[in-house]
Amino acid sequence: MAPPRISVGLFVTCLVDLARPKVGLAAVRLLEAAGCDVVVPRAQTCCGQPAHNAGDRNGAAQLARQTIAAFEDVDYVVVPSGSCAAMLRRHYPEILAADASWSRRAKAFGGKVFELTAFLADVRDLADLPERPGPKGPRRIAYHDSCAGLRELGIRNAPRRLLEKIPDLGVAEIAEGEVCCGFGGAFCVKFPEISERLAADKCRAAEKAGATELAGGDLGCLLHLAGKLRAEGSNLRVRHVAEILAGLDDGPAIGEPVTGEPVTGEPDAGEKARG
Amino acid sequence: MKITSNAFRANSRGALQDRNLQDALGNLKRGFQEKRRKAKARLPEFEELQDHAVAIKEHSLDHLDFYLERFEKEVTARGGKVHWCRDGAEARATILKLCKDVNAKRVVKAKSMIAEEIAINDYLEANGIEPCETDLGEYIIQLRHEPPSHIIGPAIHLKREQVADTFREQHSEFPDARKLDAARDLVDEARHIMRPRFLSADVGISGANLLVAETGSVVLLSNEGNIDLSRALPKTHIVVASIEKIVPTLSDANVILRLLSRSATGQEAAAYMSFLTGPRGADETDGPEAFHVLLLDNGRSDLLKGEFERILHCIRCGACLNHCPVYGVTGGHAYGAVYTGPMGAVLTPLLEGLEHAAPLPEASTFCGRCEEVCPMRIPLVGLLRNLRVRLLKKKPDGLATRRRLGVWLFFATRPSLYHGVARLLLRLAAPFGRGGALSVGPRAGGWGRRFPVQGGPTFQEMWRQREKAKRP
Ligand code: SF4
Repeated sequence: MAPPRISVGLFVTCLVDLARPKVGLAAVRLLEAAGCDVVVPRAQTCCGQPAHNAGDRNGAAQLARQTIAAFEDVDYVVVPSGSCAAMLRRHYPEILAADASWSRRAKAFGGKVFELTAFLADVRDLADLPERPGPKGPRRIAYHDSCAGLRELGIRNAPRRLLEKIPDLGVAEIAEGEVCCGFGGAFCVKFPEISERLAADKCRAAEKAGATELAGGDLGCLLHLAGKLRAEGSNLRVRHVAEILAGLDDGPAIGEPVTGEPVTGEPDAGEKARG
Repeated sequence: MKITSNAFRANSRGALQDRNLQDALGNLKRGFQEKRRKAKARLPEFEELQDHAVAIKEHSLDHLDFYLERFEKEVTARGGKVHWCRDGAEARATILKLCKDVNAKRVVKAKSMIAEEIAINDYLEANGIEPCETDLGEYIIQLRHEPPSHIIGPAIHLKREQVADTFREQHSEFPDARKLDAARDLVDEARHIMRPRFLSADVGISGANLLVAETGSVVLLSNEGNIDLSRALPKTHIVVASIEKIVPTLSDANVILRLLSRSATGQEAAAYMSFLTGPRGADETDGPEAFHVLLLDNGRSDLLKGEFERILHCIRCGACLNHCPVYGVTGGHAYGAVYTGPMGAVLTPLLEGLEHAAPLPEASTFCGRCEEVCPMRIPLVGLLRNLRVRLLKKKPDGLATRRRLGVWLFFATRPSLYHGVARLLLRLAAPFGRGGALSVGPRAGGWGRRFPVQGGPTFQEMWRQREKAKRP
């Protein structure tokens, strides 16, 4: 028997909102298939990690209070990102610890926050994925575990279990999968050479896994890796796991041109990526 | 050593281009990780030991004065002497005086991070005393005039061939054509040179892995057996130890030792474990005639009871270095300080001043692997973040970041305005983003110039439209 309907607030994340709105659509589709009434509070913006990790405690606290207030009426808060989910779930209570009443609210709030795949697999025990208009036929997908999801929330099996529900889809394991891809938020701008080297190592490992696609649950890492792969002219196509699960994986992958027209700036990299 | 941590960016760029370094790092990192993983898996009570070890450290630091005084009492009762040193300068002066008192010409040293911290080698040399390293790694970097690059493997940044080249260059007493391909050859040659020095040294200097209050013992680990030689042969032995090394009892020491070797090298225990307890007794056949212990503070007591106290739990196992993605591609020298990797990125700014090590707290992706493997469960990411809080408040470094964050926060805390502006910006960006990428950050080299962004409607915009369409 399907569990009773529940209300879920989608915390979109600023990156999905701006850089890959399709992931948000995919998340909604999946949540609705899992029997959830989805709302998207407009009073949300960013989880506050850029402030938190830059050492701006005040800024982080402001955004924490804003987010908590925006989601007070829902049963669950679901986030298509392990790193933002960890921020909401684990860091908000720390950030607001000094203020007794906000600390209480932050703890209650944290308890209802889940990363998307963990929510679908563990909380809702989703049996069937939505109808798939997407591509058919065998495919091998390398899965990138993002650090925050993996280590702060312990997410490893959930996305794999869900992906394996798709007929003919195999998940390829990336060697040394627990190693960081080098994104690190502001880190990739402050230390571009180190960041790029770590991305290159991750891309090589993903290619060696024998996959044609690379999926993950965090858009930050995926944009970073897609940027690197495209700069190299690799054929590996990058998508957020929600797009694949929701069957919204027929259009351009992350970093691929929206239309067939030539790529601005770097024509040859674009050619290769499409080829 | 003179710290160059502020040059981390340039240092790390150089390191990434250094083929030899990259080869050396690749091999060693993997070896260490695998060995630690297996050693942990073989010990079911590993996590219980961790809890126990953390509790021991907390207790020892809470009663630091009590246990240090007890330690002094025990050392004194056994005929040794304790010297309290506030900083490196006091420690150096004390060591020099002790050496001069016995007319020392040559001292032998066992590997010690504290000796590096107070830069004792250069100081002794400048004062006419020859310091001889007895640890192979330390010996190699001494020949090359380099600082250590790793807390347990000082010469880990070098490949065997580089060591062979150094030996050929510096050991002129051996024939040029000799074979130096295997690790064995290198060890034998170094031993040949080092052994006679042990015999002729007047003073031995070592560090301490732990200090035991109840017995006044100094615990030392090694895999080469060199520590015992530095202790047993010279007439005077000097231990340099920082104050947070203290534990109350021998059984407390045992808990930490079980974690230490497994986390460091994946061994059940180090090959040699020495407990130095005072000078040679009347009924003993070996050991030094004089036994001195320097207890060095050098900024540590300032960290007690504060937001950085947990870094004093560090037992210098090196696991956080071995698992750090940044250390794994830059190596230790890029950090420009004695302590490197995640623990060094925390400790160096605290000991040397944030202004001398400003890039270090930022040189982390916060991937959290360091704290996952830290046997003492030190929240390294949180400590680095605390340092970033300080960094942000500092002028001028923090000013630019504060401005950027300020502008962003202005919008991020006004959702309606934020969504409107986001919509507008993406509209404007759309024609450029159709190729799948936008150029971002003029400073971001490589791929960073092409951060893949689509342009077009935001998700919020799409969602509003969908909601509108649903309404009757
Ligand atoms: S911080 Fe932890 S992992 Fe790193 S050296 Fe110290 S004890 Fe070992």
